[in-house]
Amino acid sequence: MTTGTTLAEVRPLAAGASAITIRGDVTSASESALMEAYGLASADGANVIVLDFRGLDYMNSGGIGLLVTLLVRIQRQGQRLMAVGLSDHYRQILALTRLDEAIGIFDDEAAAVAAISA
Amino acid sequence: MNQLHSTPTEGTGPDPTVSSAGAAPAGQRVRGSSEANWSQPVDRLTLGRVPAEAINLNVTGKRLSGPLQGFGQLWQKTYRVRLDGATVSPQEVVAVWKREFGSFWPKGARFYAPFAEIAPGEVGLINQDLGGRQVLSTGVMVIYADDVSFTFMTPEGHVFASMITFSADVEGGATVAQVQALLRASDPFYEVMLMAGGHNRENIHWQGTLVNLAARFGVEGAPTVSQVCIDRNRQWRHVSNIRHNAAIRSGLWSIAHPMRMFRRPKD
Repeated sequence: MTTGTTLAEVRPLAAGASAITIRGDVTSASESALMEAYGLASADGANVIVLDFRGLDYMNSGGIGLLVTLLVRIQRQGQRLMAVGLSDHYRQILALTRLDEAIGIFDDEAAAVAAISA
Repeated sequence: MNQLHSTPTEGTGPDPTVSSAGAAPAGQRVRGSSEANWSQPVDRLTLGRVPAEAINLNVTGKRLSGPLQGFGQLWQKTYRVRLDGATVSPQEVVAVWKREFGSFWPKGARFYAPFAEIAPGEVGLINQDLGGRQVLSTGVMVIYADDVSFTFMTPEGHVFASMITFSADVEGGATVAQVQALLRASDPFYEVMLMAGGHNRENIHWQGTLVNLAARFGVEGAPTVSQVCIDRNRQWRHVSNIRHNAAIRSGLWSIAHPMRMFRRPKD
């Protein structure tokens, strides 16, 4: 099976927060889709970006590298990065790579919004 | 709602700033299950049996340390070599690379793999000559491997807080082997070392590795290098990483064990 494409959808989530819904695979080939989505998500001044991984099919190490560079960009802008909808397997991968120390991980959007509002 | 698509295609080069639809050295893949390709999380590293001549320091008991945990500027370095004329697939290149990984390293560096082949979860030991019979002892863990790539992550105390991916793909009708590192110097000591020639030494190491890999397939390789500074800021909150510094700890060990240093085989 070859990897498919990455689809990134941007939508407002809450005051000061935008969500990027990921569908398909996240690999190094996803760079333009993810970075352009981040640009759109930040256009209205959002200070929290939430990645919705419920539609994630596959992520390789190139995808993890992409999350690192996205996180650095977000931190440079004084924003926060959160993730929702990760399977147990991908939660383990974020723990393995210690990305979970910098990305807020929540079960679902309601929990992320509650953390933003707190 | 805005939708953005990205479809992997044949790679056009290592520049990380080009559109994702054009640069896919690790994008277009035949893959196994994600569970099989990734290592399980580990809290502390453990190392299997290593040869008696190896200096085994700074690996066992250490945590993994990636670019987020490092101190120095964040760099993305990409080294590529075209295997023009070799009728070998990316899968075949990576299979050989996994089996014979240490044999492609240039003189002065030794990779001790207490396992038969690169596989997720395995931990390898590195002994790097620093001159004057000083040896830096550190290691890496394999965090990911599929049939066209594998990725190492470094432990605390390594020169780099990094992830480094070895892969192969097809570009312009030829198989291309690639090393791509996302790295920060682990601490201020290493950051100064890198600014004083360490980056160049690192580049020479990986270019030499790719030349040796290309030679394995009968090709006289001419590697290319691309390096981009992703983040010029230094992470001062991680300045205390220096307590794990493998170079300092290895140096202190060699002072305490002078005869052991003279017993080591020379390259």
